[in-house]
Order: sequence, then C-alpha cells, then structure tokens
Amino acid sequence: MNALVPLLVIIPLVGAAITLILGRYRRVQIAISVTALVAVTATAAVLLADVDRTGVPAVVEVGAWPPPFGIVLVVDRLAAIMVVVSALMLLGVLVFAVGQGIADRDRDTPVSIFHPTYLILAGGLFDAFIAGDLFNMYVGFEMLLAASYVLLTLGGTGSRIRAGVTYVVVSLVSSLLFLGAIALIYGATGTVTMALLSDRIRELPLDVQVILCAALLIGFAVKAAVFPLSFWLPDSYPTAPAPVTAVFAGLLTKVGVYAIIRTDKLLFFDVPLTVPLLIIGGLTMLVGILGALAQADVKRLLSFTLVSHIGYMIFGVAIGTELATGATIYYIVHHITVQTALFLVVGLIERVGRSTSITRLGGLLKKAPYVAILFFIGALNLGGIPPFSGFLGKIGLFEAGAASPSPLVYVLIGAGVITSLLTLYALMRVWNMAFWRPKEDVEGYESPLIESLQESPESTDGTAIGVATAVGTSKLMVGATTGLIALTLCLTVFAGPLFDLAQRAAGNVATPETYVDSVFPGGVPDSLSGGDAR
Amino acid sequence: MSASLTLVVLMAVLYGAGVYVMLERSLTRILIGFLLVGNATNLLIFLMSGRSGEAPIIDGTTQPADIVDPVPQVLMLTAIVINFGVTAFILALIYRSWWLSNLGDEGDDVTSDEEEMDAAEADEALVFHTNLEGDDDAVRAVLGEGADDDPDPEPSEQDRDVMR
Repeated sequence: MNALVPLLVIIPLVGAAITLILGRYRRVQIAISVTALVAVTATAAVLLADVDRTGVPAVVEVGAWPPPFGIVLVVDRLAAIMVVVSALMLLGVLVFAVGQGIADRDRDTPVSIFHPTYLILAGGLFDAFIAGDLFNMYVGFEMLLAASYVLLTLGGTGSRIRAGVTYVVVSLVSSLLFLGAIALIYGATGTVTMALLSDRIRELPLDVQVILCAALLIGFAVKAAVFPLSFWLPDSYPTAPAPVTAVFAGLLTKVGVYAIIRTDKLLFFDVPLTVPLLIIGGLTMLVGILGALAQADVKRLLSFTLVSHIGYMIFGVAIGTELATGATIYYIVHHITVQTALFLVVGLIERVGRSTSITRLGGLLKKAPYVAILFFIGALNLGGIPPFSGFLGKIGLFEAGAASPSPLVYVLIGAGVITSLLTLYALMRVWNMAFWRPKEDVEGYESPLIESLQESPESTDGTAIGVATAVGTSKLMVGATTGLIALTLCLTVFAGPLFDLAQRAAGNVATPETYVDSVFPGGVPDSLSGGDAR
Repeated sequence: MSASLTLVVLMAVLYGAGVYVMLERSLTRILIGFLLVGNATNLLIFLMSGRSGEAPIIDGTTQPADIVDPVPQVLMLTAIVINFGVTAFILALIYRSWWLSNLGDEGDDVTSDEEEMDAAEADEALVFHTNLEGDDDAVRAVLGEGADDDPDPEPSEQDRDVMR
C-alpha cells in the first residue's frame, strides 16, 4: 500500500507535463487532467481506507534514504482525509471549468496553460499534506502558491493584475517568514524531519520553543487568513474566474489551517497556545462576518464569510482536546465542501443574472429556479441550520468547548453562535434580494437592508471587477455544482461515520508517538551519526 | 554553535534594507526588496550550519568531524531556485502592469497583417492624392489660367483606380 503514497504527487505532476506538451489539443488536455484527478482521488481513497483500517500511518522514504537524512512522506488519517476531500473538490471544479470553457466557446480563456497550472496546484497541495518534513512542506506550499499566482492572474486583465500583486506580495512575505522559521528551527534542533522535531523540540527551553512556534504560526496564519493577517483575502480572491476562486476559497486557506494543526499538535505541543489562539479565533470570526455584512457583492461577501469561518477552526485547534480536534477536522471537511460549492453557485448566478451585486440582481427565482435551490441549500448549510453539516460541525465544536470549560471558551461559544446567525443573515439577505425580489422592483428599490452596502471596486469602464462578461451556463457547470452540493448533503447524511473517522484521526493527531514511531520504527536516533557538529 | 560575525551583520543589513524597500509603492522596488529579504533568509539558513569546515565529500581522507553541515546548503539551494522562479514571475507581472498602465486594454488589440497592409495602402493613396492636387495647382499657376478651365478638379476615376 505504501507504494501508492508518492503517486499522490507524481500523477498530477506527470499530468501537468503532458497537458503542457499537448497544449494545442484541448480535448486531450481535458481528458488527461480529468483522468489524473480521478486517479488521485481513487488512490487517496484507497490509502484512507487502508490507513484507517490499520491505524498506522503509511510512511515512504523517498529514494530509500532513511529519515532523518532523506525526505519522508507520511500519510496518517488526517492527511488522507484532507487529500481525499481536496481531490474531490479539484475534480468537481475542473468539471465546472471545462463546462464554462464550453459555454464561453473559448473566447477569452487561454486554456492551454489552465490545465497544467491546475494540476501543479493539485500536486503542490497534496505534497504539502503528506510532507513528513518541514522543508518539503515549504516546497509543497511554494508549488501551490506559484500555480495560484498564475491562476489568479489568468488572462492578465487590469483588475486581475492589480489583485494579483497584493496576493503575490503577501504570499511571498509569508513564505519568507516560513523559510526563516525553518532555518531557526534547524539551528535549534539540527533537523527538519517532523517526527524527529517532535522529539527534540521538547528538550529546548520553553522561551525558545515559544519564539520558534510564533515564527512558524505567523507564516501559516497569513496563508490561512487568520485575523489580523486576513486583509488580503477579500481583495484578491473575488477577481479570479469563478472556478479558480472556488478552489482558492475551498482549499488554499485550509492548507494553512492544516499546517497550524500539525505545528500545534505534533511539533509544539508543550507551548501553551490555548488563550492566544482562542482570542485570535474569536476576533477572526467576528471581524470576518462583520465585513461580510457590509458587502453588496456576493463574491466579496462569501470571501469575508470564508475568513470568519476560519475562526471556528482556530477555535477548535485552540481548545486542543482530542474531541475538539476531531470536531475541527469534521468542520474543515464541511467547510471545504460547502465553500467551494457556494462559490460555484455564484459562478452560475453571475452568468444567469449578469452581475454579482445584490443591489442589481433580482427575480432569479423565476429565471433560474434550479440555481436558486442550489444556493438555498448551500446558504442554509453554511449558516448552520439543522440538520445540515454546518450545524453538526458547529455543535461538535461547541460541545468540545463545553467539555473543557473556561470563561473564555464560553465567550467564544457565544461569538460562534453570533457569527453563525450573522452568516445566515448575510446569506438570507442575498436570497431575498437576488432570488426572492421580483425583477421589476430592482429599479429604485429602497430598503434599510441594503442602504449602506459597499459595492465591489469598479474598473475604469464601469463594470464591477471580476464579473464575467460571458453569459449562459452549460449542463456540465450545473452538473458539477449539483455534485458538490450533493456532497455537502452526504456529509450531513453520513455525519455519524464521518465524525467517528474524524475522531479517530484526532486520536492519531493527539498522540504524536504514533506518528513518530511510524517514521522511526527502531526508535528515535539520539544524535546524527558523524557527531553533532554544534 | 559558532558563526561568522560578518555574515550575521550582512544578513541584518540585508533584512533591514529589504524590508525598507519592500514598503515602497512601486512594484519594482517591492521586487528588489523581495530579492534582498530572500537573500537575507538564505544567509540565515547558511548561518545555521554553524562553524566552517571541509567540503562534505566522503573520499576516505576527510574525518566526519571536520566536514561542514551540508543540509543547510541543500535547503538554501532549493530556496534560491524557488526565489528565482518567483522573481521571473514578478518581472512578468511588472511588465504586464506597465503595459496595462501605459497602453490600456487597447494595447492588446492585435491588428491582422491584412488590416495593416490596407492601412499602409490608404496612407500611400492619400499622399499620392495630395501630390496630384499639388501638381495640378502648379500646372495651373504656370499656365496662368483660372480654375474655370479645369473640367475636373478632382482626380478622375482612372486616377482613383491607379491609387488603389
């Protein structure tokens, strides 16, 4: 089974190479990238089943160099869950993007580079999830970031370049912070292999641990868009093409959260992070959702809810118990799915209604009843209405919080409930304005609900930035969106088994010994052979 | 762990200068800042290898205790390659944003060869036309006649055909 592990990275990269060579044959490109992602999904599913059955992480020594000298790839339950969910999302969004290309008849999409870049993004993402050492994780991050720079500035229009610059510069700074942190950690411990670090960091004085941990966490917090390092996200994501925004929103921030979980649980479990993370998590929730309330543009609104819901995950990580980690993992899975699905629905809205601003949309319920249903399900789910998975995920987090009570935790639970209600309010306002309101009422409509809304910044020719000019949807686009919405419903229906799986994954995460023993079956080496030079 | 003080000072200067330049508004300066900070980080990684020593090549004569720690050099090399790629991308981004701010979206409108040929021919015809009129005027002036005698002040149909 271990032989399957490197395939998670190799398949997308080989696919990227082939699609790049065959850039002129669009159908072949589509066939190859779909095949590659289906193959990765299948591989990841097999790995998840296997790792879950045995309970032991699958470990591969790349090039047969034993750790800590060589690179190790480690797939434990958490990594396997993340890979399976991301592969499914990437596949769904790819189908949507193909459908959109067909609807556009290729008028303004330089498709020849879309598929290779998309597959490299996938490869980098999976590499970051299964990396067994910090530096390989950095390389994975850089792969997916470089691909995301290209995807965000696809087509090179003025608004995308402007948004791209913010995104690129912020990402570069966070990458340099991450790299600097790796250097410091290497200096303090003499290794970058996570399993060995887990053992050695404990021996450092606590103040050194705190500094190293903070350096690493700041780098990850920028990527995960945690307040106050989240300012860049709502400005850059909404300008990209709809499928690209969907992938970014669903997956890229979650890689940051994943890295935070690893840092907190595997590397720096001695550092008391609960109180600072709780405060940051609460602020992320509230500031994010208050930003969402001021937005008229649905894409920007969803970007702000994305920031705010990262707060729930930080809340879960902060509590730190096994129960809370399990709930966090379930919440991450739920949020990846529902956020991606909702952004795809907005992609449909912008093509049916020719705008994404709720001050201009109207009468969509009559015009596109099917899109309305998709949006309604997604919105209720994100808002946390029972019985959907959003509700179950939040209940899980609140229960875990109540199980390890402190005044601050109760404040956070309160903040979480308020955020949930405000999310529902923001999304239902979209529903009322865009779907429920008759088209005739749009002109001269006045309501205190939309009085002080902020429109998205406009480009020079007066059209809102990032709104596609093309209209019309294809069956593939609607089909892909339906598939993802159906997946969110599956998360609800199969919540029991999934929650159990998440708890088992949390059990793995909560005991770093499992991870360490699987990488070093013969025990952790005391010092590197050849003598410790320092 | 012993490290060269020169390198530490150099790293600090690079970090300081890099962060300062990065805070400017211009994209080119941000790129320069990124390069400085990136190199400072590379130096930081390099410093983490501790004392200097012999090249880490195992040829039977070197003692393991004498060689320098090779891992930071490997990490640094990878980081340099990544920085290089990202720099290339930012340069493209800078060029693109310069293009857009100077030429706007019209800069992207590519005229086909045929259109360009047509435009060139039209220009030539215009020059020919003006020259023709100028010649006519000159002839009239020489003959000392008024415009009345000229039956066709405009170039004839035949002339037009020539022009095309």
